[in-house]
Amino acid sequence: MKIEVNGEAKEIIATTVTEALEALGWGEARVATALNGTFVPKGARSTTALTDGDKLEVLTAMQGG
Amino acid sequence: MRDFYGVTLDNPLMLGTAQYPSPAVLEDAFHRSKASVATVSLRREGGEGQAFRDLIDRLGVHILPNTAGCYSAREAITTAQMAREYFETNWIKLEVIGHGDTLQPDPFALVDATEALCADGFKVFPYCTDDQIIAERLIDAGCKVLMPWGAPIGSGIGLANPYALRTMRAAFPDVAMVVDAGLGLPSHAAEAMELGYDAILLNTAVAQADDPAAMAEGFALAARAGQLAANAGPMPVRDMAAPSTPVIGKAWL
Repeated sequence: MKIEVNGEAKEIIATTVTEALEALGWGEARVATALNGTFVPKGARSTTALTDGDKLEVLTAMQGG
Repeated sequence: MRDFYGVTLDNPLMLGTAQYPSPAVLEDAFHRSKASVATVSLRREGGEGQAFRDLIDRLGVHILPNTAGCYSAREAITTAQMAREYFETNWIKLEVIGHGDTLQPDPFALVDATEALCADGFKVFPYCTDDQIIAERLIDAGCKVLMPWGAPIGSGIGLANPYALRTMRAAFPDVAMVVDAGLGLPSHAAEAMELGYDAILLNTAVAQADDPAAMAEGFALAARAGQLAANAGPMPVRDMAAPSTPVIGKAWL
C-alpha cells in the first residue's frame, strides 16, 4: 500500500495504523498519530483502516516555546 | 490568589525549551531559574523524541504543550488532541497564528478552537492579542487563563503596549493572566509583573543569551521582584515633586 508518512511517500504492507507503525519500526515508540488530519487515539489505531493515498502523521515530543 | 486551573505556581516564570545550545544548558536554565512550567511541542518523529521526553520529565515541572505553527483551528485542535494523549495533560498553550511575519494570533480562529477544546475538557492557555473583546470571548468559551502577547514572538521588544496590558489586567481581575512572548530583558518581566500579571512566558531571550542559565535566573529574579511590588501596592504616580524629608522642624537659617 502506498501512503504518505510524515510528508514522505512510503510503500508498506499494512492494513491499520498499528500495522503501519510496526512496519515503520515505531511499534514500541511513544508517539501520537493522526490520519488525514484527524487525531487517531492510541486505542483506536488497531481498528483504524488504511487506504491508498492516506496521509499519516506520527509525532513525538520536541522542544517548544 | 489567582491560580492556573486549580494549580498554584511556586514561581511565576514559564520557560520555553527551544533554541538552547544543548540539552545540558536547557536543564541548567531550568535549575537556576526554578521555572515552574516548561512549554513543549509535538513534531514529526525523527528519533530524538524519547530522549527529549526523558529530559522534560527530569525537570519535574508542569508541562504545557503548545500548538505552535498551526494556522487553522482544525490543525490546532488536532495537535491539541495529540498533545493531550502524548504528554498526558489537559493543559494546552493554544496558538493559532494569523500571519507569518508577526506570528500574531488569528483571533477568530483562536476563539473557534478554544470553544471546541474547552468543550472537550481541555484547560486552554490561549496565546492572544491584548484586545479586551477577544479576551471576553475566550473567557465566555471557558478560559480561566489568558496569555496576551507582550510583543511579537522572538522579537525581544518587551511590552509594546503597556496601556492595553494594564487595562486588560483591570478588566478581568479574577482571571489568571500571563504575558507571553516578546520579552527581551528581565526588566520587561518585572514590568509585566508590576502590572499585576500572574506569570510571564518566554523562550528566546533566555535560550539565545550568551549564558542562558544566568539569563533565566535574571528573569526569575525580576519576575519575583515585580510580583512582590504588585502585591505590596505601588505608590501613586504624580507629576510634581513631594519632599520625602519632613519640612516641619527644619531650622530657619
